[in-house]
Amino acid sequence: MGSLSLLLPFAELEVGQHLYWQIGNLRLHGQVFLTSWIVIGALLTLVVIGTKKMERDPRGVQNLLEFLWDYIRDLARTQIGEKAYRDWMPFIGTLFLFIFVSNWGGALVPWRLIHLPSGELGAPTADINTTVALALLVSLSYFYAGLSRKGLRYFEYYVHPTPIMLPFKIVEDFTKPLSLSFRLFGNILADELVVAVLVFLVPLVLPVPVMFLGLFTSAIQALIFATLAAYYIGEAVEEHH
Amino acid sequence: MNSLILFGASEGGLFDFDATLPLMAVQVVLLTFILNSLFFKPVGKAVEEREGYVSTSRADAKKKLAQAQKFEEDLRAQLKEARQASQKVITEAEQDSDKLYKEALALATSEANASREKARREIDSQREQALNQLKADSEKLGELIVERLLAAK
Repeated sequence: MGSLSLLLPFAELEVGQHLYWQIGNLRLHGQVFLTSWIVIGALLTLVVIGTKKMERDPRGVQNLLEFLWDYIRDLARTQIGEKAYRDWMPFIGTLFLFIFVSNWGGALVPWRLIHLPSGELGAPTADINTTVALALLVSLSYFYAGLSRKGLRYFEYYVHPTPIMLPFKIVEDFTKPLSLSFRLFGNILADELVVAVLVFLVPLVLPVPVMFLGLFTSAIQALIFATLAAYYIGEAVEEHH
Repeated sequence: MNSLILFGASEGGLFDFDATLPLMAVQVVLLTFILNSLFFKPVGKAVEEREGYVSTSRADAKKKLAQAQKFEEDLRAQLKEARQASQKVITEAEQDSDKLYKEALALATSEANASREKARREIDSQREQALNQLKADSEKLGELIVERLLAAK
């Protein structure tokens, strides 16, 4: 494939480079795990601080946590429905928070200042492994949600409303994780690349609006991923009559 | 270095799948459970407890308001009754006093009439007496004059 250095002789941009960790015969992308641990650490710190002293009149971080909780509950309730949303709210919420904090962390934290032997730190969601992992978890959850709630009647969904739908619904099971993972991966990676390229080309002023656009895209992508995950689960548990 | 490797690279590339994928999935599942016990459950409990508290206190307040309104109505009814009762007492008292006044007036009038009648009768009888006396006296005088005239002759 083409080399970016040909297009931008003065740019030093590393894409598709990874910091490999070898554990037994498993190869891992170290930079993804490092940033994901920072993201998880930030989330857990926030949560632990906010729930340390729960009060009926919320104060400080508890307000933020309750706002997030309420937001996630509304999201899960509108997509999954009143009956089943409670079981899936933690999963949807975790997806939303993890992706949101990853995206914003990738956009806001100056990772470039930390030098790695190979590759560079960035949003964990800019790595295809992470987004495919999340998308496959969504696939597994909607199968599990449908099967556990309706048993084998779940497969009625494939011939609903007519058996003509069967091939399309089967194809959908493959396109859902594909579109989920590639949408998130593409958006976040593209955003990082655009910002990086602009910073190299015009280091002043010009990248700032693109960075703001990136923050906006990041938030929207987290919301889209969580909403679609909830929608798929809702579709699986929905009762047709 | 500095190359954008998309596909087909033995090392690196944008679509480089390896053990990162399953481990990331496991990590996210673990995070789901941890966040469930640290975040979703406690915050949900707090929010739902508050919602419960608000709805019960609202129901309580509604009940109390209804009670207060009922009391107010009762009191209004009692006040109205009391007003009516007092009005009745006043009219009765007025009627009574009117009656007593009329009775007393009638009694006094009749007594006055009686005493006037009595006085008139007394006057009449005394006048009669006096007339009779005068008559007798004048007869006596007439006889005396006649005797004296007869004697002088």
